[in-house]
Amino acid sequence: MSTPSAATTSRWRALTHHHLFWPVAVLVALLLVNVPFTPDFFSIKMTDGHLYGSLVSIVLFGSPLILVAVGMTLVIATGGIDLSVGAVVAITGALTCSYISDQADQNALSAVFLAMGVGLVAAVVCGLWNGFLVARMGIQPIIATLIIMVAGRGVAQLITDGQIITINSEPYKLIGGGYWLTLPFSIFVVAVVVAVTVALTRRTALGLLVESVGGNAEASRLVGIRSRRIMIMVYVFCAVCAGIAGLMISSNTSAADGNNAGLWIELDAILAVVIGGTSLLGGRFSIGGTVIGALVIQTLTTTIYTIGVPTQTNLVFKAVVVIVVCLLQSPKFRAKVFGAKFGPKSGAASGGSAAAEPAKTVTTAEAAPKMEVS
Amino acid sequence: MAEPRPVLEMTGIVKEFPGVRALSGVDFRLFPGEIHALMGENGAGKSTLIKVLTGVYSLDGGTITLDGTSVRFASPLQAQQAGINTVYQEVNLCPNLSVAENIFIGREPTRFGRIQWKRMRKEAAELVDRLGLDIDVTAPLSAYPLAVQQLVAIVRSVSTGDGEGQGTKVLVLDEPTSSLDRDEVLELFRLMRRLKDDGVAILFVSHFLDQIYEICDRMTVLRNGTLVGEHMVSDLDQVGLIQLMIGKELDKLEELHEHQLRADVGETLLHAEGLGRTGGIAPFDLEIKKGEVVGLAGLLGSGRTELARLLFGADQPDSGKVTVGGKQVPMNAPNDAIGVGVAFCSENRKAEGLVPDLTVRENIILALQAARGWTRPIPAAQRDELVAKYIKALDIRPANPEARVGQLSGGNQQKVLLARWLITQPKLLILDEPTRGIDIGAKAEIQKLVVSLSEDGMSVLYIAAELEEVLRLSHTIGVLRDRKLVARLTNGPEITTSRILETIASGEHQ
Repeated sequence: MSTPSAATTSRWRALTHHHLFWPVAVLVALLLVNVPFTPDFFSIKMTDGHLYGSLVSIVLFGSPLILVAVGMTLVIATGGIDLSVGAVVAITGALTCSYISDQADQNALSAVFLAMGVGLVAAVVCGLWNGFLVARMGIQPIIATLIIMVAGRGVAQLITDGQIITINSEPYKLIGGGYWLTLPFSIFVVAVVVAVTVALTRRTALGLLVESVGGNAEASRLVGIRSRRIMIMVYVFCAVCAGIAGLMISSNTSAADGNNAGLWIELDAILAVVIGGTSLLGGRFSIGGTVIGALVIQTLTTTIYTIGVPTQTNLVFKAVVVIVVCLLQSPKFRAKVFGAKFGPKSGAASGGSAAAEPAKTVTTAEAAPKMEVS
Repeated sequence: MAEPRPVLEMTGIVKEFPGVRALSGVDFRLFPGEIHALMGENGAGKSTLIKVLTGVYSLDGGTITLDGTSVRFASPLQAQQAGINTVYQEVNLCPNLSVAENIFIGREPTRFGRIQWKRMRKEAAELVDRLGLDIDVTAPLSAYPLAVQQLVAIVRSVSTGDGEGQGTKVLVLDEPTSSLDRDEVLELFRLMRRLKDDGVAILFVSHFLDQIYEICDRMTVLRNGTLVGEHMVSDLDQVGLIQLMIGKELDKLEELHEHQLRADVGETLLHAEGLGRTGGIAPFDLEIKKGEVVGLAGLLGSGRTELARLLFGADQPDSGKVTVGGKQVPMNAPNDAIGVGVAFCSENRKAEGLVPDLTVRENIILALQAARGWTRPIPAAQRDELVAKYIKALDIRPANPEARVGQLSGGNQQKVLLARWLITQPKLLILDEPTRGIDIGAKAEIQKLVVSLSEDGMSVLYIAAELEEVLRLSHTIGVLRDRKLVARLTNGPEITTSRILETIASGEHQ
């Protein structure tokens, strides 16, 4: 079977069955949609030594989401979920900004570093609390993290006295709004966090152990994995990622808004993880997939503005796109719509199966009455 | 011989998985009112054939004819509605729901769209009663041991079609007896015979040859995804059957029978004193020496598993102490046991052993990696070498470390779990039902492995439902009854299965 067409087919097969194929395809498609509306969508210009362009903006504005989603990926891989990340974003931003605003010299580097430290310590405390409730107390993650999701906003409000604290600190502005080597500085922060996460999970055995705990918690316990410790670590890591995102958001606006900073970011982050192919049931995860998932969501937000979807309908528009993405990732759906070409080859269902799970039940039930008797 | 028309005919069945041809052109037929055994080693294609028949897998080639009409099932529900009901090897019920709910799940009696809970419970109780089982249908399924859960699965399957639609034409029992004790098996057989008299065709898969010969009329033998032959049970003796199944001579098994256990065992490795857990097992003393194989005999539910779990720290004891190598060890978590070289293969492979999403390689290295901690990954070269070595040594098939472990057959999954622990070089290996639900070839391999491990100085605690197996392998046999360790027999010529049975029955020290 070495005819060129067969070889091409098999290469095409391998490509379409790669776990990142559909997320990337959707991302590219979304980017292309913008071109008719904004012909210079892909162009990147150099102004004042900075690079500007839609692509740069997408990465810049998507940075906090990528950070939160990367942390969320590990939590979801253990079979959990963290709803508190939005509140952690707000708390970190509020603490850091209020500390800086109390300083005589807001541009003092040491003060800025200390302020960031204070904010991140708060994030670690939130993560420890979540991890403690989930791993030690055995509370279901969705409930355990709901506590900080709700209460955390109140804490952030307390810190800021219910006001929006504005600061004027040049060094702090760099993280979320500054440029370095012609690119937005946040891009470098994201790159470092993603690289560290990949190294931490794939260069050590952490990734394997996380996947094992998420894949079969009881078997993991019996094999001697210290699941509790791993779960606490993962929640702390997720909170720290959210904390860095909180620094970035407050730095970008030079303000801390306890009410609105990071509002609903947990939902976008969960969505990004799922689009990236990590199952909500836990087990296998993909950091690369999550980054692409987050970019898909940010591109979608950008697209909504560039193609001029009326503001009152943009959530509906977003929902429709998300549904399409999830369906495309379901091997079962692809088999039904596109036939065998993109269809599942038995076990290939790992990717989008979480998103497709409800759909699967429905199709089976529907298909049931019409048995093929020829 | 004028044969009646088969109720089910499968011809030229083909099923492919990536890289594997699981079934290539298999023919199979089933007559009404017969009990038909489907025989073959693990990986021969028995489960695949059943899953194709019951609509779990789609068909890649061939035809299925049910009652003269050609059918093709897209889902298990369709197969069920056509009158083909299945009980699988591993219980696929919801442990958190009540027995009644489990029996009627998906076809609850309703009126005006509401479930009639009372009627459901009543009908469930009647069903259970009619089958002579003593089960409280309102209790959650998880309150019952695996064996009873299996019976519930059978009750559920037999009861489908009682209400609307066609009754059960074909009943598929995939390893239903692997977790049942003798009485429960007899119960099941009685039920099977009744159904057979009603004209139901029963497809029976079991690794217990004696059971096949006791209950079945006809058998179909598969090997490596192809049909080897269809025989009347009365025409083929056990030796002939095994040769058909494994396609080679029986030397493997013979060898084992003649094998002599190493006579001398070393000094005491592990000593449990007064170890017990309320509701699990009464306080017991147990001594395991270096290189000794201690077998545990007793009926299902007699506390065999509970004893093993205490020695591993899987459950926390509420009395007694354990010393390993002369030092007292707290047994509060599996980690404590693993730390002193104890390893444990659970009887419940799916729930307590495998991580199905992970690959064979990842499953094999899991225990070793857990012991090293997450900061010290096993270097890739060393890891691949270890994995390759054990895949080869245990003959794990497919020999592909990248394969997802969930896709392997039962015997190979068991070997993966064995490899997982062997790699950690434990001092004491606890095997709870390591040969359950796996084929005779793999069974012999695992038993041989136990013997050679013992020769190399590893202690083994061996739990098996088959007394012959325990007797063949063990230096010492612990007998359990009603959650108590009642006797400790030193194996010798005078110890026979009937002697063990007597001990179980009388519950007395000899």
